[in-house]
Amino acid sequence: MSERTGEPAIRAKGVRVSRGGREVLHGLDLEVAAGSVIGLMGPSGCGKTTLMRSIVGVQRIDSGELTVLGRSPSDPAVRHEIGYVTQAVSVYGDLSVRANAAYFAALQGSSRADADEAIATVGLADLADRPVDRLSGGQASRASLACALVGLPRLLVLDEPTVGLDPVTREDIWTHLRSLAEQGVTLLVSSHVMDEAARCDSVLLMREGDLLAHLTPAELLERAGTTNAEDAFLTLIREGGER
Amino acid sequence: MSPRIYLATTGRILAQLRADHRTVALIVAVPALLLTLLYFVFNDEQRFSPIALIMLGILPMLVMFLVTSVAMLRERTSGTLERLLTTPLHRADLVVGYATAFAVAALVQGLVLVSVAHWGLGVETAGPLPWVLLVAVVGSVVGVATGLLASAFARTEFQAVQFMPLFIGPQIFLCGLLAPRESMPELLQRVSDVLPMTYAVKGLQAVGSQGDPTGDVLRNVAILALFAVGALALAALSMPRQTR
Repeated sequence: MSERTGEPAIRAKGVRVSRGGREVLHGLDLEVAAGSVIGLMGPSGCGKTTLMRSIVGVQRIDSGELTVLGRSPSDPAVRHEIGYVTQAVSVYGDLSVRANAAYFAALQGSSRADADEAIATVGLADLADRPVDRLSGGQASRASLACALVGLPRLLVLDEPTVGLDPVTREDIWTHLRSLAEQGVTLLVSSHVMDEAARCDSVLLMREGDLLAHLTPAELLERAGTTNAEDAFLTLIREGGER
Repeated sequence: MSPRIYLATTGRILAQLRADHRTVALIVAVPALLLTLLYFVFNDEQRFSPIALIMLGILPMLVMFLVTSVAMLRERTSGTLERLLTTPLHRADLVVGYATAFAVAALVQGLVLVSVAHWGLGVETAGPLPWVLLVAVVGSVVGVATGLLASAFARTEFQAVQFMPLFIGPQIFLCGLLAPRESMPELLQRVSDVLPMTYAVKGLQAVGSQGDPTGDVLRNVAILALFAVGALALAALSMPRQTR
């Protein structure tokens, strides 16, 4: 059923989520097409991470309907088809890049060869035997990303994968992400670096737990009447605040 | 549970342990060193021997509780637990993987400790020595299981370390080391009945005093195993797949 063509990778209808007694997402509606790169943008604390955690099935939803690859996010079958990279580097720092990737490969039923391929994809083949603790910040982020790629996921959810990285590493990571999308993987990438919006097929703009807009980067600039993604974002966020 | 995921998880935890030489050295050497210190404190093999036997139940459980509660807390706070829960891993794969990996460490620790006690410090038992090892290792698996559970109640490593006196302290006081259980107030005897260390000590004392302690050892080991399984089940439940 999840193989149906044209079915959105993610569909939300009136999704409400509370954390610690406070409502964080106020009835979100969205649809994300399969095989595209979707940017999730918005100021800190607007609910990006909560939405991502809901999609990967670790956040309880109060009400509404959320479908991921045609299933409920809490369906165990979904866990074979998604990769999740948290904001902090969540791999085992005391183990080598290869040991980390091989472990996550084993969890997904993939081989060591798949693990080595994922390491090569993120450009860490030369450092594969080094413990993650002894890598630079950017390299460690890429190691974390490699661990999400080993299972050949159909949906990859990345929480600020480029935060704090130098421009060269950022460029590398975006090149990898784009090549994954070309292979049919759906990518949901959060960021608050607005110029990264231009690299996405479409952008979800969030503010204080609501979805302000879902548009292409070109539409974003057009609607705000500017050529600068940063300005466009500020304009739309302020408009959203006045409504 | 899936055998593939369980074995991969056990292997991953053992690899992490192996990478940390200092922790391995502390796990293996500290109980034996403490026992040796106690030998010289008593300065009398007759008085030392029964205490040493009880120590073989206490020290491994204590060390393993501490090591596991911090290891599991790291898993919770580093984000790796949340990430693992987005994969096909079942919570039981994880807790049983931890129990297995640390049981291997406990076995090495137990071999060293029992060897030092018997051949180095002259601790004699009426029953066969392998029974001592069995009780000590199963006791330390209870330490592992309760350590995994305790980590659920701690948010930081500072807190996790403080759970050691809370979880282990009363067990040491009530297990029969400091005063015989029979001389304690009725209430404390009942409390002692529901603490796992009591059964580790009972099992070890049976090996110490009986030529053929098989029945008593197996009964106490079975009770310890039940404590371990119960604590592992609770530990698995303490990591909900979905947070509120």
